[in-house]
Amino acid sequence: MFSFLVSFIPRAVVQSIPLLFGSTGEIVSEKSGNLNLGIPGVMYVGGICGVIGAFFYEHSAGGELNPALGIGIPLLCCLVGSLLMGLLYCFLTVNLRANQNVTGLAMTTFGVGFGNFFGGSLIKLVGAEIPTISLSATSHLYRTKLPFAEGLGWFGQIFFSYGFLAYVAIIIAVAASYMLNHTRAGLQLRAVGEDPATADAAGIGITRYKYLATCSGCMIAGLGGLYYVMDYANGIWANDAFGDRGWLAIALVIFTIWRPNVSIFASILFGGLYILYIFIPTGTDLAVKELYKMLPYVVTIVVLVISSLRNKRENQPPEHLGLPYFREDR
Amino acid sequence: MHITKRKEMPIGQAIAIRLGAIVVALVVCGVLTACLTGLNPVDVYAAMLKGAFGSPRKIWVLLQEIAILLCVSLALTPAFRMKFWNLGGEGQVLMGGLASAACMLLLGDKLPGPALIAVMFVTSLAAGAVWAFIPAMFKARWNTNETLFTLMMNYVATQIVAFYTIRWESPKGSGKIGVINQASHAGWLPQVGPSKYLLNILLVAILTVLVYVYLKYTKQGYEISVVGESVNTARYAGIKVERVILRTLLVSGAICGFAGFLLVGGTDHTITTTIAGGRGFTAVMVSWLAGFNPAVMVFGSFLLAFMDAGAGEISTAFMLNHSFGDILTGIILFFIIGCEFFVNYKVRFESKREVAEGV
Amino acid sequence: MAQQQPAIRMRNICKSFGSVQANHNMNLDVYRGEILALLGENGSGKTTLMNMLSGIYYPDSGTIEIDGKRVNISSPKDSFDYGIGMIHQHFKLVNVFTAAENIVLGVKEKGKFNIDAAVERIKEICDTYGFDVDPYQKIYDMSVSQKQTVEIVKQLYRGAEILILDEPTAVLTPQETDKLFAVLRNMRANNKAVVIITHKLNEVENISDRVVVLRKGEYVGEMITSETTQQEMTNMMVGRQISLNIERPDPEMKYRMKRIVVKNLTVKNREGVTKLDDVSFDAWTGEILGIAGISGSGQKELLEAIAGLQPVESGSIEYMVDVDEPVQLIGMDPVKIADMGVALSFVPEDRLGMGLVGSMGVTDNMMLRSFRNGPTPFTDRKDPKHLAEVVVDELEVDTPGIATPVRRLSGGNVQKVLVGREIASAPTVLLSAYAVRGLDVNSSYLIYDLLNMQKGNGVAVVYVGEDLDVLVELCDRILVLCGGKVSGIVDGRKTDKNEVGLMMTKLGGGEAQ
Repeated sequence: MFSFLVSFIPRAVVQSIPLLFGSTGEIVSEKSGNLNLGIPGVMYVGGICGVIGAFFYEHSAGGELNPALGIGIPLLCCLVGSLLMGLLYCFLTVNLRANQNVTGLAMTTFGVGFGNFFGGSLIKLVGAEIPTISLSATSHLYRTKLPFAEGLGWFGQIFFSYGFLAYVAIIIAVAASYMLNHTRAGLQLRAVGEDPATADAAGIGITRYKYLATCSGCMIAGLGGLYYVMDYANGIWANDAFGDRGWLAIALVIFTIWRPNVSIFASILFGGLYILYIFIPTGTDLAVKELYKMLPYVVTIVVLVISSLRNKRENQPPEHLGLPYFREDR
Repeated sequence: MHITKRKEMPIGQAIAIRLGAIVVALVVCGVLTACLTGLNPVDVYAAMLKGAFGSPRKIWVLLQEIAILLCVSLALTPAFRMKFWNLGGEGQVLMGGLASAACMLLLGDKLPGPALIAVMFVTSLAAGAVWAFIPAMFKARWNTNETLFTLMMNYVATQIVAFYTIRWESPKGSGKIGVINQASHAGWLPQVGPSKYLLNILLVAILTVLVYVYLKYTKQGYEISVVGESVNTARYAGIKVERVILRTLLVSGAICGFAGFLLVGGTDHTITTTIAGGRGFTAVMVSWLAGFNPAVMVFGSFLLAFMDAGAGEISTAFMLNHSFGDILTGIILFFIIGCEFFVNYKVRFESKREVAEGV
Repeated sequence: MAQQQPAIRMRNICKSFGSVQANHNMNLDVYRGEILALLGENGSGKTTLMNMLSGIYYPDSGTIEIDGKRVNISSPKDSFDYGIGMIHQHFKLVNVFTAAENIVLGVKEKGKFNIDAAVERIKEICDTYGFDVDPYQKIYDMSVSQKQTVEIVKQLYRGAEILILDEPTAVLTPQETDKLFAVLRNMRANNKAVVIITHKLNEVENISDRVVVLRKGEYVGEMITSETTQQEMTNMMVGRQISLNIERPDPEMKYRMKRIVVKNLTVKNREGVTKLDDVSFDAWTGEILGIAGISGSGQKELLEAIAGLQPVESGSIEYMVDVDEPVQLIGMDPVKIADMGVALSFVPEDRLGMGLVGSMGVTDNMMLRSFRNGPTPFTDRKDPKHLAEVVVDELEVDTPGIATPVRRLSGGNVQKVLVGREIASAPTVLLSAYAVRGLDVNSSYLIYDLLNMQKGNGVAVVYVGEDLDVLVELCDRILVLCGGKVSGIVDGRKTDKNEVGLMMTKLGGGEAQ
């Protein structure tokens, strides 16, 4: 059992980090009242932008990568790409007051297409046999573990065996949690999502907060895409490999009742559920494994239902979630 | 800069704005294509046209794609008019398709042809309806957020289909079911006229009229509109809001199930986890962009199906990735979504100088 | 006072919403160290004018000066920066936040965010002015007057120099009103400028130094309060000498019977707060029964309970088909009530949110309560269309067409559509809530005539109103509610406004939300 946990937990954790990035980003965005269903697309864009940056840097640098640039360039590309997606979403929903659900879905169509198109183009550029791009040198940088992790046995295995982005994810989640609950900016952001008319009357710049929250949310989520390619997938981009993790991240937001700190553990739980089927002995019956894969979604539904049953004011979605705000509406 | 709500825009002007947005979007797409690929955008568009209309077969395929997308859009519309965000079209189509496939597999040699098709029809509609009914039940009873619930139900459905795909795989180890009843054609919808797609297209055409009439001229359609506008008004009018939610979602899910039935019984004769092909989501946009008007949805479905068919052609003609079509579709959608603003609001510019002069 | 520089000077302000001109060439001066009353009827443009000071609306034309400097207030933030604080009728508070969190919201303070330090300052302010606020209480747990207190503390916390209050007493008990006025006088003593929007003359006399009168979106004039009389203010406000001269025909004796008999009715709202407490009364045929009370005293629940829209805790509501043939209405929904042959019409307070469908035209709204008629699953639009034409024609509804969404119509026309539909069904009972709220004088009189006509036809009319002058001139009997209890039923011909006003507050007022 113990050895099972030692091998299971790290796998659940690496599985969870993209979800954690995605859900933290979505929570920050939703707290401003923007229900961004474009997050799955944003994560694709974040991933592919990182891949493009890494690809060209690796090819221009030859074999020798400068570690700072090797990490910095893909990171920067990823952040810029996700930021642009965030700006697009904000422009459409905040300035042009478009329907958030429709805009989000269009962004997901666009983002997934964007990822797969450039992924496919790069694959064609290298002319590889198999339809993937391998960025092992960059990936190596991203996967560098803490130097002392090896010496700590199972403890190191569980806590220190991850690339730096994993810790970044946790730090961001904790910071977001602190920001939301203990800072003036957080208070004002929550007010914007709960009751923009009130926040507006209090002199809070609604547009500014929505932009800031949604764009930083997108950048955080984009990192999830980057982590997936560079760390989890060993620097190998294959079209559609990221799958539906973006939607799972949105599910996590509900599951954690809009709390990034809870999301740290919840995403590991989801990561575990996501891969549980691998560990459950089903013999030769592969079909049953497919049923186990629905666990995270079923659990989310259960949580959604329970929280609506309990109907506690603090556990509800931000009251103005999904609605546009227009000051002169009457 | 100050923004005010418009009173009402003449319908012609509104259409002009929307068409203008599509034209601008196409130009942007063209420029983008030229930049990214170095290809002449005119050639690209010509190829897209060829991909969509190049041969009778291609036209039939295009019409079939329009029909299925339209069918799912029609399905979601009653729910949307009620402000119930059914994002679960994908799962509802899958469940409908699964039911059809199950009937074909299990009853293919037990029932005579017409009876089998009747059974498939009924079970598909029922399966889709049940899949929509579950979130509706929780929404009606406890106001559970339906956007997220229906979204999750998609993945549950996907896994159920994945489960049966392996259970029923043929040949063993292939990971897919393959064409069902290849020899006997049991459960295959009969071919009408020159193409196997024609029946689907006709059925959806009839459905479009039915949904239009249902929403516009029936008592139930009226109830849906009232509930969508204000729950309080509905209660005041003696409308049982919970019942309307449940009934409407049964209708919505059943039509999705019908789309699954058409896909499995009419064209694909098999079931895969991707048979819905994202239409559950695309249909959300079609329905919304059409202002929930079934007649306008025909155009929306056409536009999106055309983009998809055209993208397929460019991907082969210019060795571009098929996903390029998604990018173009996305851009066009952004422009259409954005232009609604100019239909609904008026922008008045006022220079800072005007104000400063008075100081 | 008039020699000093005004804190606010507004000149030639115009603002329109669509075709409705809310403010036309408005002028207003506000001075420090005074309490200014902005007086006008509902819909006279008081709130719109003040919203342009608070940055909610932006004027179409005209100028605003603060302390002699021309300014451009394009957002609430600008408004704060000029030291303007407005307390809206609908409180601007975030429900899931605590009082303290709401108070500090939007305040720019240097240093680390520290809610506990803020709480200390809030307590200081409360001590200075004598407020009673628990800084850690959530807004959704508060009563209306508690929320208003939080609003005022919020403005003081922000150091507002110019305080605007939009009908602050509408929701308060007399004691709470006195407390509020004491605070306002305190602020005046601190050389702040206070503007209070109201349509109640006694308040103007009680609290203000100067009064500015608006009518139909225009500036009419201003007076020093101590040098004017209620009569003069009324004249300016209404524009002509009134007694209201509402007709009140005597009930015809041939109809005299009880129609609705309510006994020991108790109703709780969804949060479990008692909204109606042991209410008993009768509504007779051929009379108008007025219902008076501070807003939120249970009027809404009472009407909705009779109409079958409000679950009832205990008691009975009987509809008398004939003198000795009662039908129990409790447990029925509107459809069942109609199916039993009870012709009950209801004009609810929330016209577009309950009585009508804003996005539909007049025709489609006409069938809202009758669309089930006919044997087929299809709706019949012929009769509603005819009815729509009749209503538009007879009540002179100003609309581009019967297909125009009613949301686009002005308040008075919306109400005509609603009342027109409700009386078209030949009711035996007509319930109405705030039927003339926001309506101009002509529309109001039209509504009174319609109600009197129903009364003449033997209908039992229930009229929930807020304007006591109207209630005592229109109604045959007046039931006064106070905090969900009946504090008395008086004869409309024998009572006067003071008596009713006193009864409204006798039990401690409408504390409930």
